[in-house]
Amino acid sequence: MGNNIGEPMPVALKQPGQYRAFLGALIGGAFGFALVVVLREISGLPAFQTEPTGYPHVIVPAVTAPLGYLIGLGAFDYWFRWAAGAATRPEDHSQHGAHSWRDYFKFNTDHKVIGIQYTVTSFIFFFIGGAMAMVMRAELAQPGTQVVDPGVFNGLFSTHAALMIFIFVIPIFAGLANYVLPLMIGAPDMAFPRLNGLSFWLLPIGGLLFLASFFVPGGAFDAGWTGYAPLSTGAPLGQSFFNLGVQFAGASSVATALNFLVTIITMRAPGMNFWRLPLLVWANLSTSLLVVAATPFIAGVQFMVLFDRALGTNFFQAAEGGDVISYQHIFWFYSHPAVYIMMLPGFGIISEVISTHSRKPIFGYRLMALALIGIVVLSYTVWAHHMFVSGMFSWLRVPMMITTLLIAVPTGIKIFSWLGTLFGSVLHLYSTAMLFALGFIVTFVMGGISGVMLGMVPLDIHVSDTYFVVAHIHFVLFGGSVFTIFAGVYHWFPKMTGRMYDEKLGRLHFWLTFVGMMGSFLPMHWIGMEGMPRRVADYSAQFGDWNLLISCFAFLLGAAQLIFLYNMVVSWRWGPRATGNPWRAKTIEWQVSSPPPIFNFPEVPRVVGGPYEFGVPGARHAIMPGEEAEVRRPEPATVGGGRE
Amino acid sequence: MTRATLFRLVVAMLVLTAVISVVMLQFDWNGVAGSTEADDIDLLTDVMIVLSSFVYSIVLVMLGYSIWRYRAKPGDESDGEPIHGNTRLEIAWTVIPTVIVLFGAGYSWFILDEIEARDADRLQVDVTAQQFAWRFEYPEEGVTSTELHVPIDRQVEFKLDALDVIHSFWVPEWRVKKDAVPGQPTRVVATPDRLGNYEVVCTELCGIGHSTMRAPVVVESQEDFDQWVSDQGGEARGGAAARGGGRGAGTVAAEGQQIFDAQGCSGCHTLAAAGATQTIGPDLDEVLPDRSPQEIEQSIVDPDAELSPGFNQGIMPDNFGDALSPDELDTLVRYLSQNAGQGGGGQ
Repeated sequence: MGNNIGEPMPVALKQPGQYRAFLGALIGGAFGFALVVVLREISGLPAFQTEPTGYPHVIVPAVTAPLGYLIGLGAFDYWFRWAAGAATRPEDHSQHGAHSWRDYFKFNTDHKVIGIQYTVTSFIFFFIGGAMAMVMRAELAQPGTQVVDPGVFNGLFSTHAALMIFIFVIPIFAGLANYVLPLMIGAPDMAFPRLNGLSFWLLPIGGLLFLASFFVPGGAFDAGWTGYAPLSTGAPLGQSFFNLGVQFAGASSVATALNFLVTIITMRAPGMNFWRLPLLVWANLSTSLLVVAATPFIAGVQFMVLFDRALGTNFFQAAEGGDVISYQHIFWFYSHPAVYIMMLPGFGIISEVISTHSRKPIFGYRLMALALIGIVVLSYTVWAHHMFVSGMFSWLRVPMMITTLLIAVPTGIKIFSWLGTLFGSVLHLYSTAMLFALGFIVTFVMGGISGVMLGMVPLDIHVSDTYFVVAHIHFVLFGGSVFTIFAGVYHWFPKMTGRMYDEKLGRLHFWLTFVGMMGSFLPMHWIGMEGMPRRVADYSAQFGDWNLLISCFAFLLGAAQLIFLYNMVVSWRWGPRATGNPWRAKTIEWQVSSPPPIFNFPEVPRVVGGPYEFGVPGARHAIMPGEEAEVRRPEPATVGGGRE
Repeated sequence: MTRATLFRLVVAMLVLTAVISVVMLQFDWNGVAGSTEADDIDLLTDVMIVLSSFVYSIVLVMLGYSIWRYRAKPGDESDGEPIHGNTRLEIAWTVIPTVIVLFGAGYSWFILDEIEARDADRLQVDVTAQQFAWRFEYPEEGVTSTELHVPIDRQVEFKLDALDVIHSFWVPEWRVKKDAVPGQPTRVVATPDRLGNYEVVCTELCGIGHSTMRAPVVVESQEDFDQWVSDQGGEARGGAAARGGGRGAGTVAAEGQQIFDAQGCSGCHTLAAAGATQTIGPDLDEVLPDRSPQEIEQSIVDPDAELSPGFNQGIMPDNFGDALSPDELDTLVRYLSQNAGQGGGGQ
């Protein structure tokens, strides 16, 4: 342990918490630094090695300081005590629940506190990453170099993508699901609450490492979020911070996914069989299956890059017998499933929002669940469609094209089923969550169509690595994932905060975001097809007008997010109190108070029917504790997602 | 829903498909087409635009109709119809998209085979990419150049190699693209069928000078191409003249310029004498005039030893000591010390 220091010591430094955590980080960092210097001195080497790819006296502390921080924070206290044979209390709930705002800055084991920690942290990084996008659009508004030089520009788009992917979209879904999923399945908490707490605290470390790279010699990592070797293996020190940041974010993801899997499989309330699970739960089950099997690949390949840089290995050094293209195979074997990791939880949110706000059962519930599983299976077979022009084994392109196009089928099933759900519904269009869900259909389908086009090898040969790809990724990640995130945040805001948000500001946020998004990303398709490559600080004058227009819409898009920020902050503090179930939804999280009691339910609810039985007379999804006496009707025949 | 409503929705979908398709097909989305491959790819683009319009129209019409028809009045607390699904409809929207995408895959495969078929009399060009410049070698003609000249209506096979990191060879008007990978030569073919001047664009992020890594492309008649080849000191197609040691004993200016171009120095530096104008690395006209030849040599083979203010460590490749023979290095150093700060004109 890092906190074994002499006796006279303030109480604050003994208790788990931020003070002890910073002390731990200091000790951990000093330990790592001393280890490197001492070992190098013993070996007769100069104490400080400052090759751009080296700096062991910086990268070792970049690992040990975060570990010291986590130990100081108390993330390992219970396990250390248990491992040392000291007395432990398995039912110790002292770290559970938030009684004041200070508890959100501590190591907590309550899934609801962790859910909010995740959500707020992710949004902080969303705004930082968004600000970087604004600087890039300022630079790109005119051809030539005006605002930042090309080196800084490369660092900005690399960090923007790394933050948005690893520290915003992936974890915020884990955060929203952390809050609502145990409630939805009638569980008192996640299966491994302490692991859950650790998962969260690994996350800001990853984000801070990415940001810290701006302050090291050579600047931020600038080989793109894809970090292709050998550009990354020869890049300055910042690249090592990317390699390490991915480890922390990845470990966080894997631990959370394991937690979800065990929670969903073993902790469902009585009667909650798989065909009665809300689709959000199905979505997170599918996502977790992807995360646990795929994430180790990116962790591994970033270590290989780090080892090539710092330890003189030659995984990707062609001159030394390394294989350059293999980096891309390993990288995309994670990073293609990752786009579904960033989309499936959103599909789950959309199902909840559309069903609730259109007062109808999900159309074709079982096929919706099976489509998720179909996407999981197919998504492991399509990775090399990112490599059609990479010079890989050329025969591989055709089978990868076929699987890539086929994955549009289960995705299409989901779109058509949502449209089927809307048919004959009572559609509550004034709800911001619903607006984002419908807007999502409009934008995501366009991203899906450009995805099919990119999946076709001859078209991909032309538009690969152009602005067409930038347009596509933002249609699926902004028009797709981020729209679903907003839908989810608005939908569950009353549940998570116990307050109502301002619906008028919410609608304004939606419309400005929708217009800004379309105006920013739609023209990118055109300039890409016409010849503008991506990841460039400067471009031919012929694209100047379009880029100016794109930048104007991008600033509108950025400004619209400030409305969201204002609405969330002000409503959380001063909004009107929310009732337990303001949307009259059927799923279990809405049957408890807003926010829910610290241990969720006095007794576990009993599930008796499907989750979306709107309009079915007398149908119930769950019987809450204390309600037993009121319910005497027989279960209707349609329960459980049956056919009409 | 009545049959009449269904009929009206289908008509609306078809009309919208037609409108979107017709409007979208007015534009040359991919820009000027300058190769036979481009024509195939543009046709596939157009087919996809029509298919996509159809799919998107279905979604928009369904969504628009639902919003128009089923929008709740304020205060309406009723529920929708408890419809849980429809097996026939669900099978339809699984099977029909499957057929559409399999058609797309088959058609793409057909086009792919067509654009990658090799002609027997194709011209061979070896392309070498490095940070941040292109070099083109014509092995049969014995020519090396930093400009890509190709004759019209003859297939060209490019063998791509990279010296440092991955680059990507793209001529937008030809629609063909392929990465140049260190240690793993790749090949790509194009058949230019339109005269004119174009650009090779690097599309794989390759470092600080990525956005300026371009090279001129000239598509010309066979006669002009032959003329260009012999101007470069090479052997025109079908010509019988011996290569005659292309470089011969030139002046320092000519040889030094050639090495300066071939090593891609102009990809990053400004040197008026060589017509180089990039600003990724130091301006040689500014920093070199008061340097000794020894200092210039050190800056080439060990660029990090002494940095110009405002430039980072590692910005310049450190492998020129290996890439250049001692004679070449000597020539380059003499060329630089004679020409830096002297302004343009000579070349």
